[in-house]
Amino acid sequence: MDNTIKLKRGLDLSLAGGADSDAPVRTPAINKVSVNPDDFPGFQPRMLVKEGDSVSAGAPLMCCKRHPEVTLCSPAAGTVTAIVRGERRKILRVEVTIGNSNDTIRHTIDSSSAQSIRTTLLAGGLWAYMRQRPYDIVPSPEVTPRDIFITAFDSAPLAPDLMTVAGGTQAELDAALKALAMLTTGKVYLSTRSDFRLNVCEPAVHVTVDGPHPAGNPGIQAANIAPVNKGETIWTLDIVTLMRIGRLILTGTADYATTIALTGSEVITPCYIRAIDCAQIKPLVSGDIKDDHRHHRIISGNVLTGSNVGIDGFLRYPYRQITVIPEGDDVDEFMGWASMSPSKLTASRAFPLSALRRRFAPDARILGGRRAMIMSGVYDKVLPMDILPEYLLKAIQARDIDRMEQLGIYEVAPEDFALCEFVDPSKIEVQRIVREGLDYLRKELE
Amino acid sequence: MLNKFIDRLRPQFEEGGKYHAFHSVFDGFATFLYTPRTTATSGVHIHDSIDSKRVMIIVVLSLLPCLLFGMYNTGYQNYLGSGASSMPFWSLMAYGFLAVLPRLIVTYAVGLGIEFVVAQWRKEEIQEGFLVTGILIPLICPIETPLWMIAVATAFSVIFVKEVFGGTGYNIFNVALVTRAFLFFAYPASMSGDRAFISAQPICGLGGTVNFADGISGATPLGQVATHTGGALQITNIVGDPVSSWDAFLGLIPGSFGETSTLCIIIGAIILMAAGIANWRIILSVIAGGLLMGWIANIFATPTYPASYLSPLDHLLFGGFAFAAVFMATDPVTAARTGTGKYIYGALVGIIAILIRVYNNGYPEGAMLAVLLMNALAPLIDYCVVQSNINRRLRRAGATKSTES
Repeated sequence: MDNTIKLKRGLDLSLAGGADSDAPVRTPAINKVSVNPDDFPGFQPRMLVKEGDSVSAGAPLMCCKRHPEVTLCSPAAGTVTAIVRGERRKILRVEVTIGNSNDTIRHTIDSSSAQSIRTTLLAGGLWAYMRQRPYDIVPSPEVTPRDIFITAFDSAPLAPDLMTVAGGTQAELDAALKALAMLTTGKVYLSTRSDFRLNVCEPAVHVTVDGPHPAGNPGIQAANIAPVNKGETIWTLDIVTLMRIGRLILTGTADYATTIALTGSEVITPCYIRAIDCAQIKPLVSGDIKDDHRHHRIISGNVLTGSNVGIDGFLRYPYRQITVIPEGDDVDEFMGWASMSPSKLTASRAFPLSALRRRFAPDARILGGRRAMIMSGVYDKVLPMDILPEYLLKAIQARDIDRMEQLGIYEVAPEDFALCEFVDPSKIEVQRIVREGLDYLRKELE
Repeated sequence: MLNKFIDRLRPQFEEGGKYHAFHSVFDGFATFLYTPRTTATSGVHIHDSIDSKRVMIIVVLSLLPCLLFGMYNTGYQNYLGSGASSMPFWSLMAYGFLAVLPRLIVTYAVGLGIEFVVAQWRKEEIQEGFLVTGILIPLICPIETPLWMIAVATAFSVIFVKEVFGGTGYNIFNVALVTRAFLFFAYPASMSGDRAFISAQPICGLGGTVNFADGISGATPLGQVATHTGGALQITNIVGDPVSSWDAFLGLIPGSFGETSTLCIIIGAIILMAAGIANWRIILSVIAGGLLMGWIANIFATPTYPASYLSPLDHLLFGGFAFAAVFMATDPVTAARTGTGKYIYGALVGIIAILIRVYNNGYPEGAMLAVLLMNALAPLIDYCVVQSNINRRLRRAGATKSTES
């Protein structure tokens, strides 16, 4: 079965500093990793190790309080050197200093048993790399999903080629798709661009997606293939996780190595880097950030959904990209609202000369003040779902559960609204509102 | 340098500073001069360059042709009415400028004054909405409206139509139009008839005295239509010469200050639509609705309703219809917000405007009331559109359930 989806709404931002796939892949030495449980919404961490413990690669560091079988594992063998806690002893992150040993946890899997696959994914930490809708959280192990949606491409600004990040062979793809098909009562959909080179085996369904960002978000793909209804659950993941599942099934060991893209206008030579999940940022970017006396913002992830981690931070989930842009808090722009400069990044036509520019290097300024929702229809243009974003956001802010359900909150995740937040002239924190709405609903209904 | 000066002043306006009571005003001016350095703390790391200041300034820009032409026309009507032998362009402009300047000042002083106070009281930033409202109000009022009336009406609508609802973005009715409606209903004698629309006195030595006793009538085309009794309808200008459609298109007719020139309104519409600020769906459907209703009225023309003799095109050229279609109906806050809703909203504005114009002899112009009425109904239209989205979702869920069982 071969399907094609053409999305019209959305926006491709053309930013400077895309990773050059022909440049040599760097392999910096990494001596520390840090697992951050906040990257996994719905995962309430309980520590399984203490400071000073030695851990193998793939050893569980934390499990979820509600579902102890869901674990977060150490991406590398070494010693637990710090458990950083915040207010009310909340676990912020667990640092592992990488040692010399190559100890790796091995799993024995019966690839014909759904139960065995499930247990291995949970124990190997790859379960947490998937998401479920509703609520955009780590999937609950109690629920069998209606369908599973996998995206094979990232359409976000400066996004890496996910096949470069994932690596992977046809055999791994086949094994993973077969395994996932056993975990759902419905179908496994793999959405790719039209130039996808591998074969998608039965029983998975191959969908070709055409259109601007957010076409690569699995939730957007799901909304256009088979939307989530009330009471249903779907899983979403990317092909990087899929290939890892394949590797885990074929070899018995979970692979936490990754190739990330170093991108952004403040990077000297944007390129791909061999790294591991949760790696510290400093060795990855050192020597590659422009020395132009500007403040820099180092983002783990892309400019729309990433986290501001700083030079002393660590790679955050999904471990695939670092973007460095100017912070902009040192810029004085006289009457920016009247500017006719062609360097203004905008999706609107209110800056006519911007059409002349091909690549933009925006900084992190909000470029305006927070206002009420004044302009109408701005969000709709960049959200290719059958959702009325303004009304959904208002329902969330009013904490009106019935209305949120009616307007389709079960179908959405904050990342789908990232472009809405970007284009908004009122500078409303749309993703935060959606996340709060999802968390509120889950708290009230569970 | 200016920037350093602002930074030096800033502490005095912050909490605990000497001039903290003027914090909102200071902040308003500071952000007006320099784009704030605030950077993103949650969510997206980059933002679109457009903000509400840019939106509002484009609307102001699109109103400038109407404002400039309004000055010219005010001068022109005065010179024509006072029987001046020559009409030098710059004298007409200067006369019009002097006539409208006090009105602009009063509107902005009253409106912005209230905005500043409320912003400070609520500890909010000053919002830009009134920049547009403040220029709209003088444009849609007759030039002879007394200043104190403008002040009272502006204060009324800024407080009771906008601020009590929460400020810019929360109002139900268009603030400028409510100002106009307030004037229209509170002081009808000063707002209609044949004298309100012509500036009749010399200003600073410019212009002359228009003597209405001399068979000169400053009635607007629609005013003439409304008072028309029997016989062939011939619309005349202030000195009794016939008015061509071309004159009406250019705007050389009596009327509210900035709304006579369809040409300038079209220029404004092009700016708004090119910049993507005004919604073309609304403009298009208001015009379509107006033409449709004008056409129907024209087919069933009767002497009881003299305005029914006007051709659909005349309806677009006379009065405030075109101005309302481009600048009033498109106010995003008070219009329908859903895509489909905008078509329905616009079409109804157009239809109701002409309906009032033609079939209610008491009101020569219907555009203002039509937009206000539809402002009130816009949430209902949106409700229906949102409900159809909800129903679609429910049906989908029902369909999946039934295939499963």
